Amino acid sequence: MSDLLRVIGLTKKFGDFTAVDGIDFSVARGEVLGFLGPNGAGKTTAMRMVTGFLPPTGGTAIVDGFDVRIHPIEVKRKVGYLPEGAPLYDDMTPSEFLTFVANVRNIDGADRDRAIDSAAGQINIQHVMHQPIGTLSKGYKRRVGIAQAILHNPDVLILDEPTDGLDPNQKHEVRNLINEMASDKVIVISTHILEEVDVVCSRAIVIANGTVVADGKPLELEARSSFHNAVSVRVSGATDSLADKLRALPMVGKVETSKIGDGKVSLTVFPSRPVNILEPVSECLRELSVTVEQIHVERGRMDEVFRNITTTTKS
Amino acid sequence: MVTTLAICRRELRAYFTTPLAYVFIVIFVAMNGATAFFFGGLFDRGQADMTSLFSMLPWLYLFLIPAVAMRLWAEERKSGTLELLMTLPVSTTSAVFGKFLAAWVFSGIALSLTFPVWITVNWLGNPDNGIILASYIGGLLMAGSYLAIGGFVSALTRNQVIAFVVGAAVIFLFMMSSLDLILAAFRGWAPIFLVEVIQSLSFLVHYDSIVRGVIDLRDLVFYFSIMGVFLFANVVVVDQKRGA
Ligand SMILES: Nc1ncnc2c1ncn2[C@@H]1O[C@H](COP(=O)(O)OP(=O)(O)OP(=O)(O)O)[C@@H](O)[C@H]1O
Ligand SMILES: [Mg+2]
Repeated sequence: MSDLLRVIGLTKKFGDFTAVDGIDFSVARGEVLGFLGPNGAGKTTAMRMVTGFLPPTGGTAIVDGFDVRIHPIEVKRKVGYLPEGAPLYDDMTPSEFLTFVANVRNIDGADRDRAIDSAAGQINIQHVMHQPIGTLSKGYKRRVGIAQAILHNPDVLILDEPTDGLDPNQKHEVRNLINEMASDKVIVISTHILEEVDVVCSRAIVIANGTVVADGKPLELEARSSFHNAVSVRVSGATDSLADKLRALPMVGKVETSKIGDGKVSLTVFPSRPVNILEPVSECLRELSVTVEQIHVERGRMDEVFRNITTTTKS
Repeated sequence: MVTTLAICRRELRAYFTTPLAYVFIVIFVAMNGATAFFFGGLFDRGQADMTSLFSMLPWLYLFLIPAVAMRLWAEERKSGTLELLMTLPVSTTSAVFGKFLAAWVFSGIALSLTFPVWITVNWLGNPDNGIILASYIGGLLMAGSYLAIGGFVSALTRNQVIAFVVGAAVIFLFMMSSLDLILAAFRGWAPIFLVEVIQSLSFLVHYDSIVRGVIDLRDLVFYFSIMGVFLFANVVVVDQKRGA
């Protein structure tokens, strides 16, 4: 089966400025793709081209076999889209607004009521359905925007910063919702919340200055971190020589320490090669008979990887 | 077609959920009533017709129609909902047409609310109702072509005030194109046929003949061509300016 969403050499120039510079990727049904990148990287611009709002300067996007430049209406039928900032008609109520969207999408009669109820239920807006959108709080507006995007149960769901402005409970709900819907769709979300990538995305693409600078599973990206396989421990009653002892272990590179009061010390032990060093480290701690309060192996830190990838390419 | 109607309904509702609709209708009906009864001397002239109302109408429309049209696209662009609308499965043509239709229906409702004047003249005397009907049709056609121009101008900007001012100015030029002042500027150098073309573009010339009770095919063609040309230009502008 070919991929539901294919982006080929997608490029957008605004005058002399190239906002999106030939990005390529394909997403298959069941994948949740995280779209990451610093402010101004070109995420929103890329999404606007895929959804048929902006005409590309070069390249194209193909949704279920339909080229967005040639068959924009077909593509728009198959795509659900939450634009950045969730723009909505403030003078309408969510109920009127979703009815309008259903009408435009040619869903009518009992199907329409069912679709609206289901979308409203999934995103928890039932109790504000008859309040003008302009008077809703930011988080509720965002939720109405998401309800609009999932109304027709689209094959391809593109959400530009869906959890921006949501409270922690709702963030959790939206992530669950995305996970629930993921199996039979392509979902692309852009976000600045890196933990989100771990929780919902099966794959992440990092773009900077309009080009793709990394593309892989969240675990693979995290593995690029210097913290990958590092061992973090918190101990009490440690002697000053502890760090040196650890550093002397085979396969251990750097050791960072920081005092956290009460005679407690937190240490991060980095491996010199990409291997698991939990065994030797804990053995060493046992021999020195220090009290270990906490110990865990780091998977890698997304923010560090993000910073490295997106700043080295800048210069 | 379904999408055009859905968009038309939404726009029409938008007119009535804002105070603009009521302000517009009140001003429109009040001014029409005032011109009919006072300035037009409905009572003094001892003649029962609606001539004075319909001769004022082009001037009233000059200010009121751009106010109806100004929000059509400028508001969507400003609030960002244009992105929402244009990523729904809607062709630009049906969006343009749906919005135009809503504005036209709204203006039609306002125009139809002048019916008390009609009742009054029929009560006072024996007007030629054929002429009055023709005048209403002429008024509607004029509203439609003013709206097509206003909608086109609205698509050029995200600022509703600019849309209003420029829209009114463009409509004014079209109204005035039969005046000697404008024509004289062309007479010196332009070929005769061009001068005649310009003269024939005037809303007032075509409107006057309809209001006299003669609905000539050429006048209908004129109004529908104006609407067609500006609606088409509207589609082009929306496509070109999207997201810019
Ligand atoms: N209509 C436009 N005209 C000119 N430049 C534009 C236009 N739209 C976007 N840009 C520029 O293109 C670049 C990419 O913008 P874009 O909105 O795609 O970034 P982003 O990755 O979504 O950023 P953020 O994380 O802040 O949302 C920016 O430098 C922006 O200023
Ligand atoms: Mg963005």
